[in-house]
Amino acid sequence: MSGVTTTIIEVRTSPHLHGPLSVDMIMRNVVYAMLPLAAFSVWQFGLSALVLLATTTAGCVLAEHILCRANGNASTVNDYSAAITGLLLGLTLPPGFPLWMALLGSLVAIAPGKLLFGGLGSNVFNPALVGRAFLQAAFPVAITTYTPTLAKARFAEFVPTTWTMPLMKPPPIADWISQVRVDGFTGATPLVLQKFDHIYTDPWPMFWGQRAGSSGEIPGFLILLCGAYLVFRHMMDWRIPVAMLSGAVAAAAGFHLLDPARYPDPLFMLFTGGLLLGATFMATDPVASPVTPRGMWIYGVLMGVLTILIRNLGGLAEGVMCAILLGNALSPLIDRLTPPRPYGARKPEGAI
Amino acid sequence: MSTTTTPPNPFLNGLWRQNPTFVQILGMCPTLAITNSVRNAIAMGLATAFVLVISNGLIAAIRKHVPKQVRIATYIAIIATAVTVTDYLVKAISIPVYKALGPFIPLIVANCLVLERAEAFAAKKPVIPSMMDGAGMGLGFAFGLTCLGTVREVLGAGTFLSIPLFGPNFEPWVLFLLPPGGFISLAIWLLVFATFRERKQRQLQAGLTEIQPAEVRS
Repeated sequence: MSGVTTTIIEVRTSPHLHGPLSVDMIMRNVVYAMLPLAAFSVWQFGLSALVLLATTTAGCVLAEHILCRANGNASTVNDYSAAITGLLLGLTLPPGFPLWMALLGSLVAIAPGKLLFGGLGSNVFNPALVGRAFLQAAFPVAITTYTPTLAKARFAEFVPTTWTMPLMKPPPIADWISQVRVDGFTGATPLVLQKFDHIYTDPWPMFWGQRAGSSGEIPGFLILLCGAYLVFRHMMDWRIPVAMLSGAVAAAAGFHLLDPARYPDPLFMLFTGGLLLGATFMATDPVASPVTPRGMWIYGVLMGVLTILIRNLGGLAEGVMCAILLGNALSPLIDRLTPPRPYGARKPEGAI
Repeated sequence: MSTTTTPPNPFLNGLWRQNPTFVQILGMCPTLAITNSVRNAIAMGLATAFVLVISNGLIAAIRKHVPKQVRIATYIAIIATAVTVTDYLVKAISIPVYKALGPFIPLIVANCLVLERAEAFAAKKPVIPSMMDGAGMGLGFAFGLTCLGTVREVLGAGTFLSIPLFGPNFEPWVLFLLPPGGFISLAIWLLVFATFRERKQRQLQAGLTEIQPAEVRS
């Protein structure tokens, strides 16, 4: 280098935009933000979680690539959105979920969940949740069969249900669970225990990752950290998760005050199930959520309250998935109710 | 131009070109509600076909004597008669099928396909073509129901006409026996038939210049 330093001063008028965020850059960062969750899941559940996450991710990316090509369009896998869908779907499934079902779920997520509506930017629902909703309705037993965390031989052997033959029933794993469990694990998540057996689990250990559950929903602290990274990079709107979590806490507190013996406290509700994962990574899907700040608050609170209503009053133990899908369905309506008002203009008719 | 083309055969018209399920999308209530097994689907399709043949024939026979103002009420009375006959027939033939179909046999009277054929075809045409049309439409409907029933029974229970296909370890896709499964399998079949039609139209446009006029519906 010579000693000459050149300073370029650019004179421009506003707006002083620099480094615009592109879609694939945001999507890539969402994938980065989910990788710690995937790693934690593999550490907790071992090989089965690894092949499950690999299967759903590869399944979604391949399905998107093949279907785009079959339609005569350019493949859109390079925008990373199919990878996000696959990874998210894997994180919401139980770790020992049969791989053929996971592959089917990936196909449903991408084909009717996303490409049928016109691909990224046009999907009405979060594709990963469409896939999961299909799997829950089609295979209700397999999707509620949970395996213990930190089993001793988890890096040496698979959960027996992982390699189920396509179209076949997964083998019963009660015996296998009683062999590998470290403590008094019964194969049920804290929510199921609370709802059907009235056994309360302490919230704080759950927040630090000590409980059963779907492969990616367990480490509460890690989910919040990863979400904070995306918020910090301006790649995710903080309003939706905050609104959803506070809506859930408020609703749970109301129920708890009414009947403390029957309805658990808000902290328990916050740290169990998929609420943190759903609020952070699924409700914030930029395509299927409202665009105005006020709309985001309404949308988030609505989903949080719905989650608690389903958990406390519904037949299912977990309500996050249905709440988010309902929220997705309502978000165009919320957008119509909350149009942004130009400075000085009157409030549009029908807006709130 | 199109003046030289012959009118479409009424029987084949209903069976394929104007198929009630996949082209006209009529009679969706029984299509979605009772197609969770092939047996129910076939029974329902045949019952509807029977009603269509009788009602189309009777309505065509009296078409010149019915005042225009009360024609719908007259058609409904005739259709209801045919449905009552069918109801007793099904009960006489097979009690299990009768129980499985439940209220959907009496509800054939409300099937828009039956009234649509009476109004669009039997009210204007002689008896024999009307009965042919009824048979074609009815069998086309039965064909549509059987297509749906096949998907739903094979995936939802692993059987076809109660014969196991995949052995005892098959994991049933419960979804396909539930109402959403009806919508999903209908969507799959509509996709398949729409693809067929589009391909055929493209071939027609590429090769032939002759245009077949579609039947005019009132």
